[in-house]
Amino acid sequence: MARRWGSIPPMPVEIDIAKVAALARIALSDEELAAYGAQLGVILEHAERVQALPTDDVEPTSHPLPLVNAFRPDEVRPSLDRDDVLAQAPDAVDGYFRVPQILDGP
Amino acid sequence: MSVIPEGWEAVIGIETHVELQTRSKMFCGCRVDFGDDPNTAVCPVCLALPGALPVANEAAIDGIVRIGTALDCTINERSLFYRKNYFYPDLPKNYQISQYTYPVCEHGRIVVDVDGEPTVIGITRVHMEEDTGKSLHMGEGGRIQDADHTLLDFNRAGVPLVEIVTEPDIRTPDQARAYGAELQRIVRTLGVSDARLEEGSMRFDANISVRRTGTSELGTRTEIKNVNSLRSMQRAIAFEIERQIEVLATGGTVIQETRHWNETTGRTTAMRSKEESEDYRYFQEPDLLPLFIDEQWRDRVKASMPELPAQLRARLVAAGADERTAGLLADSPLLAGLFDAAVRAGAEAKTVASWLTGEVVAYARRVGTTVDELSLTAEHLVELAAMVAEGELSATAAKQVLAGVLAGEGGPRQVAETMDLLQISDSGAIEAVVADVLGEHPDALEKIRSGDSKPIGFLVGQVMRATGGKADPKMVQEIIRRSAGR
Ligand SMILES: [Zn+2]
Repeated sequence: MARRWGSIPPMPVEIDIAKVAALARIALSDEELAAYGAQLGVILEHAERVQALPTDDVEPTSHPLPLVNAFRPDEVRPSLDRDDVLAQAPDAVDGYFRVPQILDGP
Repeated sequence: MSVIPEGWEAVIGIETHVELQTRSKMFCGCRVDFGDDPNTAVCPVCLALPGALPVANEAAIDGIVRIGTALDCTINERSLFYRKNYFYPDLPKNYQISQYTYPVCEHGRIVVDVDGEPTVIGITRVHMEEDTGKSLHMGEGGRIQDADHTLLDFNRAGVPLVEIVTEPDIRTPDQARAYGAELQRIVRTLGVSDARLEEGSMRFDANISVRRTGTSELGTRTEIKNVNSLRSMQRAIAFEIERQIEVLATGGTVIQETRHWNETTGRTTAMRSKEESEDYRYFQEPDLLPLFIDEQWRDRVKASMPELPAQLRARLVAAGADERTAGLLADSPLLAGLFDAAVRAGAEAKTVASWLTGEVVAYARRVGTTVDELSLTAEHLVELAAMVAEGELSATAAKQVLAGVLAGEGGPRQVAETMDLLQISDSGAIEAVVADVLGEHPDALEKIRSGDSKPIGFLVGQVMRATGGKADPKMVQEIIRRSAGR
């Protein structure tokens, strides 16, 4: 299958706002679902208009900057102090973060 | 191992995760060290503190290019990082930086050999991602279902992880195991990972479905997780094939699900299924630039490739080892090196190969060490093989001498002398003893002359006794026959 570099898989025009909210773990009221649904619809419409532009002669981009390969050498840098780190957490024990029971895997 | 029943075929694909052994993590400078106390190798990037930005580790990218090159992949000139979004406590950012379209490597292959039958297993893709943290489920039995809380250690979060995905080209549990073993050997040979299954630096997930032989449509597949040895992978796949065939043969349907392998019960069980279907909402990672792996980079990696296991095995076979022995030797760089050097110096290949894979390995196991710790040298092997070839040592005595050399008692000749194992290889000396023995047993000699070969064994025994067992019995027998004119 020939793929164009940087081409983006087509986006759905219809958006199931309740599903998107559930995936993002955001609880929305019915009013909010309607309001955000409408706002996202405007954004999608805009994207659709952009996609309609003739871009056959335009080299696709995947990043606004014309740069590639921003690398870091494989060198160890100091990590944070554990006590400072765990002090930010709601719950910690014996050097670990502690979270409530997990029912389901990823 | 179970055999797939007549009329059925299994279709298996394997996803393998390999942790790269870089000094620092994939996108931050925290050290990669699994012996550390929990949460001591963490920073704003790998803990996902607000505002922290990832920067890719060049050595990790080089590592995946090496893996892809060794697996005969196309190395894509351009590739992209994506965010794979899901919620789980061991994933601090709520997304994993991974790849989606445009992975670093695609379209590779591994050839595995099962019972002398080579099978080509296609590699769909090899992509770069980051590992998650480690969860410790606390509560009765440590089972996730019974846990009342979970402890998290983020030292592993952000460690460079390479995922290698095969085509559904695997048909049997044996092939799956052979694939896993070969991939492990390749990764270790490249020096990019220690690839230890029991410690999780190499992890396998297997996708399995079954169908009637002769059909091309794929059956519903299940994914097996939690196999932490090559043997468990083989057993888990065999169990799952059997289970699916049983379900289908009795009119049931296979449910697409993830199943957990239980080493103790030897069974797979369904993991709790999720309420919503998987939707990772992949999108391009805006915090990272595209990768551009140019021809120069690809060529540099190609030029630095070590001899890969398949090449080494082929070379050992060409040097005179049989396929099985070559496989055993190739698993230990040290043994392969000793074999190589000894054969090049003129030692007989089959003899040396049998010592290395037999006595040497057994000795190391017996004294509880690894072959790498032994003080055996190629010179020892060359000298010992020469002594056998010259008839100074019998094959049995050579093994005793080898044991002495391995125990550090000295070189082969020294050990042979100390143990008084040197054979009389001088045929003149043996002839003299034979003449004495024949003189003492004229009746036996007469019988042999008249065509009865029965007393030969008795006479050989007498000569062996007279020489204290140091004569070559074959040579003794020849001389007796010659003396009797037979
Ligand atoms: Zn870090």
